[in-house]
Amino acid sequence: MNAVLQMTGVSRTHGEGATLVHALRTITFAAYAGELVAVMGPSGSGKSTLLTLAGGLDTPSGGTVAVEGTDLGVLGHKDRAKLRRSAIGYVFQDFNLIPALTAAENVALPRELDGVSARAAAALARDALADVGIDDLADRYPDEMSGGQQQRVAIARAIVGERRLILADEPTGALDTETGEEILRLLRARCDAGAAGVLVTHEARHAAWADRVVFLRDGIVIDESGSAPVDALLQPELSR
Amino acid sequence: MSVKQALLALLEQGPMYGYQLRAEFEQRTGATWPLNVGQVYTTLSRLERDGLVEQVADAALGDGTTDRDGHVVYRVTEHGRSEVSEWFTTPVPRTQPPRDELAIKLALAVTVPGVDVGTVIQRQRSATMAALQDYTRLKRSGRGAAELDTTELAWGLVLDSLVFAAEAEIRWLDHCEARLRRADLLKRDRAAADRTSVEPVEAREVGR
Repeated sequence: MNAVLQMTGVSRTHGEGATLVHALRTITFAAYAGELVAVMGPSGSGKSTLLTLAGGLDTPSGGTVAVEGTDLGVLGHKDRAKLRRSAIGYVFQDFNLIPALTAAENVALPRELDGVSARAAAALARDALADVGIDDLADRYPDEMSGGQQQRVAIARAIVGERRLILADEPTGALDTETGEEILRLLRARCDAGAAGVLVTHEARHAAWADRVVFLRDGIVIDESGSAPVDALLQPELSR
Repeated sequence: MSVKQALLALLEQGPMYGYQLRAEFEQRTGATWPLNVGQVYTTLSRLERDGLVEQVADAALGDGTTDRDGHVVYRVTEHGRSEVSEWFTTPVPRTQPPRDELAIKLALAVTVPGVDVGTVIQRQRSATMAALQDYTRLKRSGRGAAELDTTELAWGLVLDSLVFAAEAEIRWLDHCEARLRRADLLKRDRAAADRTSVEPVEAREVGR
């Protein structure tokens, strides 16, 4: 079984010479279909770098990042953007919704950018909003919704069109405890339904929703807790 | 743990025998702290000695102090009732913190030479995180989530308590790690300063 996300020997440095900073040092990391992996670590440990590299928003200094078996490094700018839109969903702490668009339009946008007709994209958006339990809010604008509702829209946008890799950077950071838990329940459900999820968080109680928790320090994986997923057990060299 | 007060509180609901008390206790606390039935009977006999419970003598129930199946049934006395209400109105004492093996272990790891404190912290963090994942899995299973069933609610609250405690422990471990790193950096800076010009840096630091 292939990993939805496979990062192999990935490093990322900034600057050079005396000011060289290792944000990530040769890490190997995978997320399989059906699992939610949490990445924890203090600020500066490299957890956000890992997520931006996984999503193709940044290019590694060494190593390879593959999503659904496609090496992002060999793709041109255009193809990479296309893969990002079709295979990868992002959820951010501050929702990143477009204020001038309704919930449904926000969710439909990535599909429309992919060339799907406006009508088909709108139908997909309705389905995705129904999946996260807010189809009744489809015509609301972001500022007419609570933080928890906005984050649900963001998750709908991340999953619209059957994308199988969901990358979430502190998705509960701006929400109260109970709303945050609902968001995790939702992410968890998407992974149980077959997506691979990577959740960056500094909150232990949120990381605990994951199947595996990976601890980063100074750009390296220092430890991992939780059971290896069934898929990973088939590739013993990758589990642990 | 106050097995004594817990059993008394359960008897407030009505007379019960040992096995029933154990079952009730475990149902409400999710069998988080299993009681053996011997412990229940020992406690009951102590409570009886202190006049907090008494055996139920009811002619309708078998031979006097046992029910039809031969169980000895206990009920709470007036004295016992006031003990229960005092327990509920008095905070659990915090003046003597319970012995915390982890805090003791870290205090010693920091001071005993040759111990890799970072590894001690990380091993514990992983283990506590694994426990927190287990508790969260229990929560996800929906047990203890029914707000209208008081027994379920009670177990849900116990589960929350385990979640909060594990979370607090992980936060504390993160904090210890950060402090130890700062201390290490400080030591390294000092050593570097000592090696170069001692006076200006040292004088300023001491003067503060």
